[in-house]
Amino acid sequence: MSEAKHSTYSYFPGCTLRNKALDLDRYARSSAEALGFTLEEIPDWQCCGGTYPLAKDEIATKLSSVRALAAARDAKQDLVTICSACHNVIKQINNDMQTDDNIILKVNNYLKEDKIAYHGETKVLHYLEVLRDVVGWDTVKAKVTHPLTGKKIGAYYGCLLLRPGKVMQMDDPENPKILEDFITAIGATPVMYSQRNECCGAYTVFEDKTIPQKRSEKILANAEEQGADLLVTACPLCRYNLVKNKGKSRLDIVYFTELLAEALGVKDKVPVGMEAAYAAK
Amino acid sequence: MLQSELNKIRDDILSISGVNPRKCMCCGKCSGTCPSYDEMEYHPHEFVHMVETGDIEALLSTKSIYKCLSCFACIERCPRQVEPAKLVEAVRMVVERQRGPQHLEAENVPEQLDDDMPQQAVVSAFRKYRK
Repeated sequence: MSEAKHSTYSYFPGCTLRNKALDLDRYARSSAEALGFTLEEIPDWQCCGGTYPLAKDEIATKLSSVRALAAARDAKQDLVTICSACHNVIKQINNDMQTDDNIILKVNNYLKEDKIAYHGETKVLHYLEVLRDVVGWDTVKAKVTHPLTGKKIGAYYGCLLLRPGKVMQMDDPENPKILEDFITAIGATPVMYSQRNECCGAYTVFEDKTIPQKRSEKILANAEEQGADLLVTACPLCRYNLVKNKGKSRLDIVYFTELLAEALGVKDKVPVGMEAAYAAK
Repeated sequence: MLQSELNKIRDDILSISGVNPRKCMCCGKCSGTCPSYDEMEYHPHEFVHMVETGDIEALLSTKSIYKCLSCFACIERCPRQVEPAKLVEAVRMVVERQRGPQHLEAENVPEQLDDDMPQQAVVSAFRKYRK
């Protein structure tokens, strides 16, 4: 959105970043302060549902995302997400609200009661896109005080950050480099491995733990063979599945924001306005 | 099930998914790239073929509809933009909407939880294993 103030963003943390993935949220906020942009949490945001509703006649399951998108539009801000699932769901629903007349009509009919009319005006950015496209890798590099020199890091994209590529438009879905560029910017060495954009098994962990187990073992073995010391991810469920199925693998699996905060020297800093949530840590 | 009922369900599947299975050129790339291939009785290319030919009764009772990870690999990599995962999802929706009990009941959630499980897993499972 052209009139958007690029230093302040509407921020949709999502259910997991305010619960089990506090580190992903906390280090994103403190790193944003260090890099000079502000994340303003959308008031009363509602969970995105975790999985994009693929069925064309699913309307109610899209409303929470549209409410967040409309709130960002009304604040004249771009909408920033960090969790891969939130990003995937909200960006795909924003695309529906730009392109699918049937969904646009029915969603807006539902939202009349909330006095919301929305037609896909908001720009949705992943935190990594803010780093790449607004802050810039050179600036990130310049602000690094504790470079992770010598660390060999595998980027684990998983599925939701990149696909479907035509809608997500973050990077080349089959040959991405945004996380590798991130790893380079914080002073570490990216390690390439073929499983970096294949699925971890996702929510099937809820029903059949052998699916994420088989997937995770394959991903970890592949990254280890290629020489990685650790993996970075933006997705709490990827991290959960990989950590739970680590077995004898030497790899740690960490959120990209934790490494960013470490490199920027702000890992111990409590983000402004978040004292109650993070002071105890 | 009567053929007329099956035809009606097939129409529902096509309309819910928005997929045109006739675009498929049978290259098999969707199943070749599917990370859940080994878990499935019917594979992505078979969903496309069976919906296209109206042979859908077996799809309505297969557990394969709960094995799709919604990872968008087949959607991304299909050279003809058929988007097989949308068919798998549409069959799942038809099944879930018809049945009484849900595939996942709320009272069965606590036994699946551990201290680290992200909320994301719970909400995603609710979306994929229920109406």
